Amino acid sequence: MKNNVIISVRGISKTFGGLKALMDVSFDVHEGEIFGIIGPNGSGKTTLINCITGFIKPDSGKVLFQGKDITGLAPHKIAHMGITRTFQIMRPYYSLPAYKNLIIPLWSPRARKLGGWRGGGKHGDRDTVAVDILEEIGFERDSRVPYKLASTLPTGYQKRLELARCIALRPIIIFCDEVFSGLSMSEIAGMMPLIEKLKMDGITLIMVEHRLRELFKVADRVMALNFGEKIAEGDYTEVIEDRRVKEAYLGSEEV
Amino acid sequence: METKVMEMMRKERIDRGIKVRTEGIYAISAIQEILYLLGPRLLLIVGVLLLPFFLELAPYWKRVINIMFVYSILAIAFDFLANYVGLVCLGGAFFVGVGGYLSAIFNSYFHFPIYLSIPIATILGAAFCTLTILPCLPLRGVYFAIVTLMYPLLATRVIEALNILGGTNGISGVDSFPHQYVEHYAIIIIMLVCLFGMRRFVNEDIGLAVRGVKDNDQAVKASGISITYIKTLAVFIASLMGCFGGAYIAHLYMWAGLSLFALDFSIIPIASVVIGGGGTLVGAVIGSFILVPLSEFLRFFGTFRIVIYCAALTAFIVFKSEGLMVYLQRKYHQFERWVKV
Amino acid sequence: MEILVYGIINSITLAIISLGFTLVYSISRLPNFAHGALYITTGYITWLFLNRLEGFPYPFAIFLGIAITCIIGALIYQLILIRIRGMEISEIIATYAIGLAILEGLRWGGLRGMTFTLPVFYPGAIEIFGVSVDYQRIIIVIVGVCTFILLYLFTHFNKIGLALRGIAQDERAAMMLGIDSDTTAIISLAIGSGLAGFAAILLLPLGNIIVEAGYNVLIFAIAVCVIGGLGSWAGTILASFIIGFAQILTEHFLSSHYQMVVALLAIIVTLLIKPSGIFGKQKELEERV
Repeated sequence: MKNNVIISVRGISKTFGGLKALMDVSFDVHEGEIFGIIGPNGSGKTTLINCITGFIKPDSGKVLFQGKDITGLAPHKIAHMGITRTFQIMRPYYSLPAYKNLIIPLWSPRARKLGGWRGGGKHGDRDTVAVDILEEIGFERDSRVPYKLASTLPTGYQKRLELARCIALRPIIIFCDEVFSGLSMSEIAGMMPLIEKLKMDGITLIMVEHRLRELFKVADRVMALNFGEKIAEGDYTEVIEDRRVKEAYLGSEEV
Repeated sequence: METKVMEMMRKERIDRGIKVRTEGIYAISAIQEILYLLGPRLLLIVGVLLLPFFLELAPYWKRVINIMFVYSILAIAFDFLANYVGLVCLGGAFFVGVGGYLSAIFNSYFHFPIYLSIPIATILGAAFCTLTILPCLPLRGVYFAIVTLMYPLLATRVIEALNILGGTNGISGVDSFPHQYVEHYAIIIIMLVCLFGMRRFVNEDIGLAVRGVKDNDQAVKASGISITYIKTLAVFIASLMGCFGGAYIAHLYMWAGLSLFALDFSIIPIASVVIGGGGTLVGAVIGSFILVPLSEFLRFFGTFRIVIYCAALTAFIVFKSEGLMVYLQRKYHQFERWVKV
Repeated sequence: MEILVYGIINSITLAIISLGFTLVYSISRLPNFAHGALYITTGYITWLFLNRLEGFPYPFAIFLGIAITCIIGALIYQLILIRIRGMEISEIIATYAIGLAILEGLRWGGLRGMTFTLPVFYPGAIEIFGVSVDYQRIIIVIVGVCTFILLYLFTHFNKIGLALRGIAQDERAAMMLGIDSDTTAIISLAIGSGLAGFAAILLLPLGNIIVEAGYNVLIFAIAVCVIGGLGSWAGTILASFIIGFAQILTEHFLSSHYQMVVALLAIIVTLLIKPSGIFGKQKELEERV
């Protein structure tokens, strides 16, 4: 039984100066599924996320969340509804220690409204909650790691910090912008349980990825973009066999 | 032929023993540790509170010291906005002028007593300043700096051109403080409140959100927090401080005029922050403690003193942009030695 | 008719004033807040040569005034700005501080009162369309227009000029082609300062050399450049005309007190509506994620 559609994207287009970044992209994502977005560099994946999450206003098209039109709303309003995202170029709050990075999302109106974290009642002591969240995503609690300055953390930890930032908001959807990039095989193996856990908690994940093998292990459905257009959608076995997808990644053989 | 091998040395900085010892519960284990932590703070607080008594020996300096404390409050405001929120406001004199004129209006025109006119001027002034700066908040750093530079200039020109609020003569007939010690302690206590209050604020949860805006405003937006709200709040807090300063000065000189929008009130706080060390709040205060008395010494040079501030400001920006406070902190917490590479 | 004539004169004046500022910013991305100070410096130096040395030829004094200012501009870059290149806020504060230091230093050094003037190039006035216009102003308009045309030709057809435009458009690409960014910055700051001086010797004969004029020039230059779009030549000229006419109209219908108010309000309004200015090349204000 298919779950209901939680996000519906209809005909999103965006042009920057002379560059057509997105052309009439439409797709649906179902509640609780892991939806992958793939495509070569420059295909518009990050622009698509930016348009959906409000960081860029699309030139045309609509985004519906749980049936409501959220096209072009301000990013903080969209985040407030539970649609969170990570950033491809990670920028934690460098001057703050790792766990303090989470205080900011924990202080946000949404986190304050929903509350309900273990370890401290509805509002609790945010510091404790922050360390709890870090532990959930794999920072060893008793070590000094959660207390180190975010700028001194290795990449794998910084990526998890990005995810933790989303988790702290009690999200309904998380847009993961290339979370696997720059990680070693073992680091990715370490992230997998986290992804599984998020899915078990009922959070919908939309993952933009370059690392196809890892993505296909977790994704339920996949969509492929090339030069701003959707070229394939469906189960990953179908998509990867699609001629246009192969051409996009590998180039065509026509002489 | 023998080739000489150069010994390469590098500087190494290590935390002092006492700093490491004070980094945890052990901080309260011995009197030395407690003194190490509290010492500088107590020195500042006690020194500043006792200052009015020392000034009896040198009455000329009383007014200068009062002005000095006003500048430290303005410097704290600038440091907060520039280094904690990321908003470089080059027109701090705007707050001073608004606060000063409002207080003069309430006191001189409406005959409010001084202990009402100053708070009212502070709060209303902050509201007014925040509203007028509000449209500029989305601007990128450079543009925000340029616009804020224009605000005090615009205010003076408008007052002059429309000949309102006393025009070039200003508003006179403003009450002075009931007693000299009230004059002193009003500003000293407010300065201490601002300093320690802001230091507390930036470490509170909400303060972290404010600092987050400077570091990475996209991430703050993605966390569901409205940047506009945070910036507005920050500007309001800074303008509270600036307007209080202005209101105080109006009552100090018993007059409010165009000079409240003067360049000095914009530049000296900036110079204080740069010289004293940006980002520490205390540095701003130390910077003003140095600059303002210095400017008094230089008074007989006339407008040349502005040349000197600007030269010093430029020198510090270019050569020692971390400022005195950071340098002193480093010396206090760490010692250096040369080691072989 | 009066409005038209004075409007044109005022607009060209503003354009000449802003030329130096625009040039420096468009080539080296340096907001030179010492522009007004350099303007007054040239005037003062020229005055010194003219009045302290008996019989000193006026044209030579002008040449020296502008030349010395060019050197000062280059020195400002070489000694100070080169170290804080790239940090825009520091550049603004530093150039502003330097400008202030120069202006207040001049004031302290004797530039007070109304006695400092430069002689006009050609005394007298004629009637144009029934409006009395002095020759100096006519010279200003003619020289101004010629300068714009020359500059256009220079940056479009001369090798050095093209190099400067190249740097203006894409600094990194230009650097890859071997154009050194620091040398270009020194050159552009020297030329920019020279242009400030050029404006000074054209315009100061109309009034007195006073320190306040330095501040006013800075504000006008910023106004024109912000409204036209920092870094755009066409924008600068268009904005000069917009502000120029706005000022003349306000002066005609209200009073001359409002000249500065118009410029300042124009800056604020532009930054609120379209911060990149009319022809600004800056992209959207929000950084792209």
